[in-house]
Amino acid sequence: MKAPMYSWQASLAFLLVIFPIVVFVTNVGVPGLAWPYSGFSGGLAIALVTLPAWFSGRLLKLWEAALCFVCAHGAAVLLLGGIRGHEGTAGPGYYLVLASAWLLAWRCVAILSEQRPLSRLASTALRLIIPAIFGAWILIIWEAVTRGAGIPFILLPPPSAIGARIASSLPVLGADVRQTIFKAVIFGYVVGSGTGFLVAIAADRVPFLRRGLLPIGNMVSALPIIGVAPIMVMWFGFDWQSKAAVVIIMTFFPMLVNTVAGLAASGHMERDLMRTYASGYWQTLLKLRLPAAAPFIFNALKINSTLALIGAIVAEFFGTPVVGMGFRISTEVGRMNIDMVWAEIAVAALAGSVFYGVVALVERAVTFWHPSVRGG
Amino acid sequence: MTGTSPAVVAASKLGLTFQTNDGPVQALSNVDLTIGKGEFVSFIGPSGCGKTTLLRVIADLEKPTSGTISVNGMTAEQAREKRAYGYVFQAAALFPWRTIERNVGLPLEIMGLSKAEQAQRIKRTLDLVNLRGFEKKYPWQLSGGMQQRASIARALAFDADLLLMDEPFGALDEIVRDHLNEQLLELWGRTNKTICFVTHSIPEAVYLSTRIVVMSPRPGRVSDIIESTLPKQRPLDIRETPEFLAIAARVRDGLRAGHSYDD
Ligand SMILES: Nc1ncnc2c1ncn2[C@@H]1O[C@H](COP(=O)(O)OP(=O)(O)O)[C@@H](O)[C@H]1O
Ligand SMILES: [Mg+2]
Repeated sequence: MKAPMYSWQASLAFLLVIFPIVVFVTNVGVPGLAWPYSGFSGGLAIALVTLPAWFSGRLLKLWEAALCFVCAHGAAVLLLGGIRGHEGTAGPGYYLVLASAWLLAWRCVAILSEQRPLSRLASTALRLIIPAIFGAWILIIWEAVTRGAGIPFILLPPPSAIGARIASSLPVLGADVRQTIFKAVIFGYVVGSGTGFLVAIAADRVPFLRRGLLPIGNMVSALPIIGVAPIMVMWFGFDWQSKAAVVIIMTFFPMLVNTVAGLAASGHMERDLMRTYASGYWQTLLKLRLPAAAPFIFNALKINSTLALIGAIVAEFFGTPVVGMGFRISTEVGRMNIDMVWAEIAVAALAGSVFYGVVALVERAVTFWHPSVRGG
Repeated sequence: MTGTSPAVVAASKLGLTFQTNDGPVQALSNVDLTIGKGEFVSFIGPSGCGKTTLLRVIADLEKPTSGTISVNGMTAEQAREKRAYGYVFQAAALFPWRTIERNVGLPLEIMGLSKAEQAQRIKRTLDLVNLRGFEKKYPWQLSGGMQQRASIARALAFDADLLLMDEPFGALDEIVRDHLNEQLLELWGRTNKTICFVTHSIPEAVYLSTRIVVMSPRPGRVSDIIESTLPKQRPLDIRETPEFLAIAARVRDGLRAGHSYDD
């Protein structure tokens, strides 16, 4: 018989709840106590976080992970339910239970990340589950601490309030996304990256352009958009066109600089090879230099996906029709509607991640041959 | 041109001096060399003696600073533009984003051959280097020896009469190397191509060549030319025959003579 291998997370989780257990047991029936001593839900939460400490060493790894998962999240749900309506009343017991539950979630993720799944399906599932648990716990701790400590709404609203605000403002958020992302960001990104790419090829063909443009490029990329945005509003008006112009300026030079670097990336031997075939400039460009430059170009596309979003939102601080993500953020801050500001931030984060993710997926498909992608 | 076969490569008083930060480097000086059709010529010598440079001058990848070079009776540049030769580099230099068959088809695409013609030639050359079945693989999925064979296939694909090879098997282990040497000889015997082959292995040079050009450094020059008396049919164990060893000894002497210049 092997001695059971207790995990340190489950053991520590148990140590942390010894104090709440003692308080709970000695105060059964006393009215008016704060969660977790106030009744059934607190008792159940304490029991849940205690459970894995006894079982953790005796179960198969995957069953242990499942047990930790259920206990951690069950306790979290009970805890968040228990504090609702009693904001700011949390005592040490509340935080100790929260910490134990978090340790169990950690244990669960630790087991899952040790797994070497055999099937592709399982490995994809694992790749999704682990960050999902991670993200969920950021939200749980945020929710638990803001409510438990009664942090003023203006400073930091709990995520549930932000979620409720998102749900109730979908039409407004939708209009803002259409204005800022589908008009300014996409247009500016495509035009800015596209012209950056074309100018890079022109600069490659005509050396004096390269010598002249690149130093200017470095200078312009150091320009503060705060300074450019109002000027663009004067030139192109209040609507999305002026924001798109800011995005074009921001995305043009990263693409230019990266593409020029990428075009220089193909090896001497490969270029000599093309010369031995008497390959012309355009053939060499299409068949050798652009494919070799693809990793650089995608790098620029990824950088630009982030820059474009920031540029469009910040540019809207300087005058805009009464719609748009940046406009909403700046006006709702003035009205102290902080949950709406956070709602816009959440939407922007989501949109930015999707944007980046799509570019990264296309990159994986196109540069499948690159050592960083094929993993060799 | 009936009857007389003109030289495939003719160099006379060829010289090339690189201007470097440390002053001029005389990579080639006073090279006189004529290579006839169907010859297998090896260039051997210590590193830095200008073997690669000479091959690159023939390929018009480098311009001589003195003397003249002609390839197939034309200037080197005209010959390059006519795709007179296939060049095999020291590394395979396959494009990682192309499959093996598309790598071999690269020169054919550039020459604008029809799809059907391309497919037929790719198949033929891949058969020639024993790579059938690997058409759809990417270069990084193949061993070093197979990659180098694919790069030879690529140089053969457009059927140039002249093959320039710069230490193509230098990075491979002895066993693979022997095998590829045999295959190369067989291919040469079958196709009657002219081959210029750079190496710094004496047995390799003697085993393969009809003529061995010994070079020595500072300045890079031809110090000896040795005609091989070996028959055209050469099994691997010819390397143990006295005749083979005698030629190898001559090459070694030639190399040593070139070196004594320094010591
Ligand atoms: N592009 C270049 N620029 C300057 N020096 C060069 C260049 N290529 C070759 N050399 C010099 O020319 C000499 C001959 O080089 P190389 O032909 O590569 O010799 P090998 O192939 O016989 O080893 C060496 O001294 C080398 O440093
Ligand atoms: Mg060399």
